[in-house]
Amino acid sequence: MTAPLLDITDLDVCYGDFQALFGVSVSVAPGAATALVGANGAGKTTLLRTIAGARFPTSGTIRYRDADLTTAPPHRRIAQGIALVPEGRRLFPSLTVEENIQVGAAAAASKQWPLDRIYATFPMIAARRAQRASTLSGGEQQAVAIARALAAAPALLLLDEISLGLAPRVVEDLYQTLAEIKFAGATMIIVEQDLQRAMATCDHLVCLLEGRVALNAPVANLTRDQVVAAYFGDTTT
Amino acid sequence: MTTVTVSRWSRTATASTAVAVVVVVLLAAVPYVLGGPAEQPLITLLTFVAMASLWNLLAGFSGLTSFGQHAYLGLGAYALYLVAAHGVNPWPGIAAAAVIAAVISLPVSMLVLRLSGGYFAVATLVVAAVFQIAVTLSPSVGGTTGVSVPGLAGYSPVLREALIYWATLVVAVASVAGVYLLVRRTFGLDARAVGSDPVAAASLGVRVGRSRRLAYLIAAGGAGAVGALIALQTLYVEPTSVFNVQYSVYMLFMVLVGGMGTIEGPVIGALVLFGLQEALSSYGAWYLVIVGGLAAAATLVASRGLWGLVSERFGWSLLPVGYRVLPKRKA
Amino acid sequence: MTWVNAVIQGVLLGGQYALIACGLSLAFGVMRIVNLAHGDLAVCGAYLGLVLSSALGVPVWVTLPLLLPTAFAVGALLQVTLFARALRHGVLAPVLVTFGLSVMIENLLQEAATSDPRGLNGGSLALASFHITSGITVSWLFMTAFLTACAVLSGLQLLLSRTNWGRQVRAIADDLDTARLVGIRVRPLFATVAGIAVATAALAGVFIGTIGTFDPLAGANTLIFAFEAVVIGGLGSLWGTLAGGVALGVTQVVVGQVNQAYAVLAVHLLFLGFLAVRPTGLFTAPSSRLGALG
Repeated sequence: MTAPLLDITDLDVCYGDFQALFGVSVSVAPGAATALVGANGAGKTTLLRTIAGARFPTSGTIRYRDADLTTAPPHRRIAQGIALVPEGRRLFPSLTVEENIQVGAAAAASKQWPLDRIYATFPMIAARRAQRASTLSGGEQQAVAIARALAAAPALLLLDEISLGLAPRVVEDLYQTLAEIKFAGATMIIVEQDLQRAMATCDHLVCLLEGRVALNAPVANLTRDQVVAAYFGDTTT
Repeated sequence: MTTVTVSRWSRTATASTAVAVVVVVLLAAVPYVLGGPAEQPLITLLTFVAMASLWNLLAGFSGLTSFGQHAYLGLGAYALYLVAAHGVNPWPGIAAAAVIAAVISLPVSMLVLRLSGGYFAVATLVVAAVFQIAVTLSPSVGGTTGVSVPGLAGYSPVLREALIYWATLVVAVASVAGVYLLVRRTFGLDARAVGSDPVAAASLGVRVGRSRRLAYLIAAGGAGAVGALIALQTLYVEPTSVFNVQYSVYMLFMVLVGGMGTIEGPVIGALVLFGLQEALSSYGAWYLVIVGGLAAAATLVASRGLWGLVSERFGWSLLPVGYRVLPKRKA
Repeated sequence: MTWVNAVIQGVLLGGQYALIACGLSLAFGVMRIVNLAHGDLAVCGAYLGLVLSSALGVPVWVTLPLLLPTAFAVGALLQVTLFARALRHGVLAPVLVTFGLSVMIENLLQEAATSDPRGLNGGSLALASFHITSGITVSWLFMTAFLTACAVLSGLQLLLSRTNWGRQVRAIADDLDTARLVGIRVRPLFATVAGIAVATAALAGVFIGTIGTFDPLAGANTLIFAFEAVVIGGLGSLWGTLAGGVALGVTQVVVGQVNQAYAVLAVHLLFLGFLAVRPTGLFTAPSSRLGALG
């Protein structure tokens, strides 16, 4: 059994008086794609942002490649190989496509994903590299957001709802690209509302319900009904 | 199942209101009991209290950090001169000055309230500069030399001093009580919501513009009244002294050190400033260095001010403006 | 011909205003801080120039290689110790703290230097002038100030658009939260931006002190003019700041031709007019970054 790439133990995360995560424990094996599902407000974005370092947990640990990153600032985590594609894309509107991607490499520890390779992976944005990010379509912006995270040459890529607001065809293309990235060796955690796609793309599934882990198992061992039950907190199954 | 009640008052509040009333009555008796020497320092202190409470309405409750309130102080002083020069009795003249200041602040508010935060602050400095320059360019109000305030020749000095004292007391009490009553009404909740997050407040239906404008007008009117008092006190109105940014520095200090966003805070801040002024008056510019430094330090170190430190520690609220959730007492 | 002369002088004066304003604009655009002590820091630059040039017995220009890095260091230090802390206490805290700082600086200068107006030793540059035509004389000093302003603005623009530093700074200005998330190290960048802001202010102060006189309380008016240039020119636009400065300068000199007493008032009224009619300034599209004004 290989050592996990990411090992989260007993994580509690609070926003002031409001607790968003309760004792969350998740392990991610290297090279695996883990789906993170759950209703709105379940804590998925909070979990990803805590892994990326935007928030620090009130208790619990985050171990990555055997180093304790629980209170490390974001730039250290990027240097170690964790990168987040944030919910809502959050591109820098006044920067061009190319500048957005370059900025993503700010703290990168390696040059595994230089611009050429990124443009080869995302041909649709290569043509727009000098355009302001805010002028792109939704699908193109999402591609740039992923590209920006890739520029950091991450070993662990966190993706928060990349299909939000996009046409099915565009989503299909994005997931194709994700498959290529996974093939190149990246480990991923993907937040996805579309259960079918989540289970089709990923090897492992974690379901959150109101801040707690309701389900945590390999996809192969799960039926869709089990996932739905955990999603809605239906305990009669 | 526990049930709760929402309380806006408390026994402490009743007690402190009673104490406040007694204090005001005692203060009113000062000219009879203690006479002249006691009046002078108290006039200074009460003026501070008024200025601080009004600035707190702007900055503490409405999030409008104006460093140009001295514009309305000067305006009030000159307004008093003008009404007195037209034969109006100086005492109702104070009220007239307040109204004039509030009226003039309305079109000004249309401009400066388009900004917020630091940009609003500098815009208020521009307004003050404009008022001051306009006055120095107007020979009818004495230009750069200034004018002396007419209409008080008929009073004996003792009577005049006492009347100014009572007028100051009235303005101070009106400022504190007025802000207090205003903030306890919906206006107060609206203003504080706008002060913390205008977008969220607007999305809940708060009329953001109206709330800020009302606060700005009231603060201007109050400052006008204080300016009129200053004119009556000094009997001479002159641009550089009455439009002095130092007044705004005092307001900042009193509210920050005393406690922003509370009713008790400005009063405490006024007391502290008064004490500092007495202690450091011979130190020249160092006095203001310390005042400015303490104000900055208060923001960073004790952002709720002295009153905030005390009330958090002991849970006191003498003049409550908020809502408290309490367990319901069993019948 | 005097009108043409006045306009030219006004444009050149505008360069000085742009120089004092660009630091304010940069600090606000990147860090959302309006430094109310900005004008006073410019005046400090003038006093530092006075001290250095008197001590070394040279025109103030020679002291710049020492003065500017010192100003940069002061700015970075202020950011790291004061402004960063203030930002953690909410949006209004920096406004309050910098105002308190302004009061402290003005009064410390008064204690240290008395309120007598001072002038800086500009060497031979301060005295030289050249003629464009008969009737239009331009002082080399004014010209240098204007050209320096253009050079500084160009330099800043280049830094922002062509360098790694500039990209990261623009990213922070767009979205601080996401900038942190992608690994941009915000603290050092803020320090450099604050350093540049104070260094440009100090440079402007040196010009102000050489062209005219300065005293401890001059910072207040300097701040107001800088601020007006930024608002008129449009937030977020460095060249807009130049346009704003020129608008101020031309107004001041042209009105001054008619009646000197009304010159400064006219400038303030121009600003208030812009606030009434086009509050987003000359160079920002009216719908963009409306929230940037506060």
